[in-house]
Amino acid sequence: MNELTLEQEFQAKIDADLKIEPKDWMPDAYRKTLIRQISQHAHSEIVGMLPEGNWISRAPSLRRKVALLAKVQDEGGHGLYLYSATETLGIDREELIEDLHSGKAKYSSIFNYPSLNWADIGAIGWLVDGAAIMNQVALCRTSYGPYARAMVRICKEESFHQRQGYEILLSLCRGTEVQKRMAQDAINRWWWPSLMMFGPPDTDSPNSEQSMKWRIKRQSNDELRQRFIDMTVPQADFLGLVVPDPQLKWNEERGHYDFGPIDWEEFRNVLKGNGQCNRQRMKDRIKAHEEGAWVREAAMAYAEKRSRRQEQVSSVA
Amino acid sequence: MKNNWPLWEVFIRSKNGLNHKHVGSLHAADAAMAIENARDVYTRRNEGVSIWVVESKYITASNPEDSDAFFDPANDKVYRHPTFYNLPDEVKHI
Repeated sequence: MNELTLEQEFQAKIDADLKIEPKDWMPDAYRKTLIRQISQHAHSEIVGMLPEGNWISRAPSLRRKVALLAKVQDEGGHGLYLYSATETLGIDREELIEDLHSGKAKYSSIFNYPSLNWADIGAIGWLVDGAAIMNQVALCRTSYGPYARAMVRICKEESFHQRQGYEILLSLCRGTEVQKRMAQDAINRWWWPSLMMFGPPDTDSPNSEQSMKWRIKRQSNDELRQRFIDMTVPQADFLGLVVPDPQLKWNEERGHYDFGPIDWEEFRNVLKGNGQCNRQRMKDRIKAHEEGAWVREAAMAYAEKRSRRQEQVSSVA
Repeated sequence: MKNNWPLWEVFIRSKNGLNHKHVGSLHAADAAMAIENARDVYTRRNEGVSIWVVESKYITASNPEDSDAFFDPANDKVYRHPTFYNLPDEVKHI
């Protein structure tokens, strides 16, 4: 079969909402897009452990500490599911990690903002995980089987992440004036970067159209962003916190909230590497990787030694 | 005895989008024969679109006798579940 027929058959499968599995024929560009997107997602999980891991030892109670620990552990696991899904596309883990460390691969811009105080942990859980879940629920129906299955698992496990964040903010908002101010300050800093997590507007999203055609993406950036805002604003109201957008207003006619312009210049700047924490995050990630090298080597050496010993035993017997 | 065919574990994907699931095992001289036999035995009624076979000796299983102690670390970690977190009913979509 020639390339054209293969491609037509592939698209017909996608249009019929059938899943693509690793051994199925797929266009090179589909494979490349998936490798880029899934690995970027995996990197985000792993780098996302850093701003929160920062607060585990300073959590205000044992209850908060075990919850945060469990959440950060989940993120490590989710990185693993996603790296494994990427590996089904014929690229190996080491190459993916190298691309992250060299800056060739990206991760979500949100993790380049600092977590300054405990209220930030609440805001991250509520807003950042909320936005991530909104994206990920949509991806449970993505066309590539291993990615879709990883997403289903991740969404199920993450359902507590957003609740633990909201619970933290609820406690602060029901606390003293100072605690409430902390919560408001955190929302002020995390609101806009959370909206940026859905990516550039549809009019300016170069990969979107093709990804929608391949059903890698099922909903557009702007659609998901709007849905997130519509769900989140009432939650902010319940907390008694103000969303830092003077133009935010319910639009009866549209049945949605209208909102103010997003600072895309800031978004591009953070992606380029000039966010507040880009250098710090990469430095920490590379350091963790390098300092873990001896563990990986020792485990391999031990496994080899054991298998040599077993061979000797069986040859004697 | 020496000529016994090895045992293979068989995994079937019932349709694209779902995981391969363990369905059983069979004896075969090599991997190609195992795949064909698995097709003949386990997918006679179109049960699958894809088959994996793995020689049984390559599967390492956890020990059922140790399973209490082995899985016990997850038992007391209720905070891994969403129901652990108290949110008022008025808060929706979370």
